[in-house]
Amino acid sequence: MSEADNKVAAEQLSDDAEVDLEAEFKSSNVQEVLDKLDKELVGLKPVKTRIREIAALLLVDRLRKQFELLSETPTLHMSFTGNPGTGKTTVAMRMGEILKRLGYVREGHLVTVTRDDLVGQYIGHTAPKTKEVIKKAMGGVLFIDEAYYLYKPENERDYGAESIEILLQVMENNRDDLVVILAGYKDKMDRFFQSNPGMRSRIAHHLDFPDYSPEELLAIAKLMLAEQNYHFSPDGEKMFAEYIKKRMELEHFANARSIRNALDRARLRQANRLFASTGKKLKKTDLITIEAEDIKASRVFDENKPDK
Amino acid sequence: MMTNHGNRITQGQFSFLPDLTDDQITLQIKYALQNGWAVNVEYTDDPHPRNTYWEMFGMPMFDLKDPAGILMEINECRKTFPNYYVRVTAFDSTRGWETPRMSFIVNRPEKEPGYRLIREERDGRCMGYTIVAYSTDRPEGERYS
Repeated sequence: MSEADNKVAAEQLSDDAEVDLEAEFKSSNVQEVLDKLDKELVGLKPVKTRIREIAALLLVDRLRKQFELLSETPTLHMSFTGNPGTGKTTVAMRMGEILKRLGYVREGHLVTVTRDDLVGQYIGHTAPKTKEVIKKAMGGVLFIDEAYYLYKPENERDYGAESIEILLQVMENNRDDLVVILAGYKDKMDRFFQSNPGMRSRIAHHLDFPDYSPEELLAIAKLMLAEQNYHFSPDGEKMFAEYIKKRMELEHFANARSIRNALDRARLRQANRLFASTGKKLKKTDLITIEAEDIKASRVFDENKPDK
Repeated sequence: MMTNHGNRITQGQFSFLPDLTDDQITLQIKYALQNGWAVNVEYTDDPHPRNTYWEMFGMPMFDLKDPAGILMEINECRKTFPNYYVRVTAFDSTRGWETPRMSFIVNRPEKEPGYRLIREERDGRCMGYTIVAYSTDRPEGERYS
């Protein structure tokens, strides 16, 4: 601690000194993380913009410190709202890494919890449980999935309120120690914040994750396949684009998650197709290519129902 | 005692040094966490050196990444038991070790009266020696108050 203080004191600059924002930016390696974010996450324009803004703020804050312009540590608690499969967890995971690079959190690990991990089953059980989770998340990011379940207005003796209270306290007092990210579906989260105004006011960043367009979903599918060393044949790609359009109109469409499931099923069918073609010598390309027929066999095409 | 200034009990690590500051405690805990040891907080008001098993404050803390959470717990314990001995132990669960690898005191009563030496004459001019803490004359919970 004292060493760090000394360092700051030594770097203390006079009023007309110049600082190099670009050099600071480079030395923090944030660009690398942001590039990775751009490359691996398709779409999500508003989210990426906000992350860029946060990164800029933290960098400028660092420079301000060199002039001893003290400002309060910005609150970085966030709420992610959006439909299922829009990348909320993935972004939260990146968030830990970004904040660590910027020196805002110390460890940058992500602790994912839901109501079950926070709320106890009997009186006096909730506080230790919530505190345990908070302690685990310290130095990193606490990601509360389906956060609206914490508050059940129809049951006034529900222990969720106690958990929220402890969370609020920690979010206020231990701002340097952890970042809390709440996630959930838009409408339910809105209702949650309405009944917990304290929570709303302590969260500075409300990020809404938009649904993906069909083109974006196709790009995501290709990324997912590449990760597992597969690729579409040209026909397969066309067929999959068609599949996405059809699937989007059906019920229970969960954006990238539905795509992942569809790909998993396509891989099953591909394996089955290869298995059925006995007697034929297989080449490497056979093993990694998803053909149009692997996708065509989906129920989406002939029955207009999502696969089971 | 000539060698132990101020009658401070000397158990575990760093007990001959001045009390650790919170920053120093944080660094020590960080070391323990880096090694993957589970850190927990214990307290007692019986300073006898053979009093090995102290009361645990809260749950043992597994899977922590950052010392801040443990420091929070230490401060909570200090607040609850201001006039008790509070120590931090780091348990190593690796097979073959399965034992505390670190243990140091983070809180002491304001006044530590020390120990009385009791001599017991036995058969054949034999002498038995034992020590008793002055503070343990009073019942548990009322010592050091």
